[in-house]
Amino acid sequence: MTSGVGGDAVDAAAAKQVVRDSLGVAIAVGSYGVAFGAASVAAGFSPAQTSLSSLLTFTGGSQFAIAGVIAGGGTAAAALGSGYLLGARNTLYALRLQPLLAVRGWRRALAALLTIDESTAMALGQRAPALSRVAFWWTAAGVYVLWNLATLLGAFGAQALGDPKRFGLDAAIPAAFLALLAPRLRAGPLPGRIAAGGALIALILIPLTPPGVPVLAGCVSLALAFDVRARRFRSPDARDAGGTS
Amino acid sequence: MTASTGWVIVLLSGAGCYLLKLAGYAMPQRWFARPGLRSLIELLPVALLAALIVVEAVADGRRYDVNTARLIGFGVGAIAVWRRAPFILVVVLAAGTAAALRLTPLT
Repeated sequence: MTSGVGGDAVDAAAAKQVVRDSLGVAIAVGSYGVAFGAASVAAGFSPAQTSLSSLLTFTGGSQFAIAGVIAGGGTAAAALGSGYLLGARNTLYALRLQPLLAVRGWRRALAALLTIDESTAMALGQRAPALSRVAFWWTAAGVYVLWNLATLLGAFGAQALGDPKRFGLDAAIPAAFLALLAPRLRAGPLPGRIAAGGALIALILIPLTPPGVPVLAGCVSLALAFDVRARRFRSPDARDAGGTS
Repeated sequence: MTASTGWVIVLLSGAGCYLLKLAGYAMPQRWFARPGLRSLIELLPVALLAALIVVEAVADGRRYDVNTARLIGFGVGAIAVWRRAPFILVVVLAAGTAAALRLTPLT
């Protein structure tokens, strides 16, 4: 049996499998909203502000970064700056999804809100456009619902439990960032060098600049990707990224 | 941070991050045809996340803060990442290790 979605027929069994995979991803990723809820309240945001952040911003990296910069004593501008810079990758995701989802009007407005690492990765990982659409919407909806529920749980839980250090949140946050970073490092040697550069710049600047600045300044390490001879930036998975020739 | 600052940050981050997403659906494909710009945007999170990890791990405001329980917890989380454990397991292992170490008299 086949069901036609948007022009191309899709095997119902394949679609069912995609839905199952999407919900699996949603459970794993969404539940980690507990850590964001707790981190945000620990940074000084109220549970209501924390929940609104998950409802509106809905991109974990930026949300964690903003909470992290504020927790470290950074200014609102520094927090928003790192949040936006991290959120810029979603523009690229949306651009890649644009022809695949082919959405207009309110569906496009909704697709935009739900465009994140996981919904994009699941959509791009399918062999047929119709399956991509199934993967995008199921992953997106699943993560959205669970991420927001988990945020509430984390926010009120942290408020009830008190000192976040007691339950190890200060160790969980850098580990969570590492989990976001790791798949990007596997693309090739260039991302690894840029990561090392960004880390080193931040480490040196911690005592020298106001909080929040070391994170933004880490972007300077992107200069490592600049190919002077070609006068443009190298691709993250470029084979000649070693720069030995 | 005052309550009103908190609301301003939440609303501005929501609006800005949403517009960044929407922009990708609204702009013509050729705008991002330039490979240099594309790779810059793909590499930006790498630099930022690496800097964030360092700051979260060893900074307290403008001073270095080396905390044994936190660093061991982070290390356990890092091993979980290396073993390709799911997100939630990484978070639970890192937090659990640090919390458990703080219950012992050693740290």
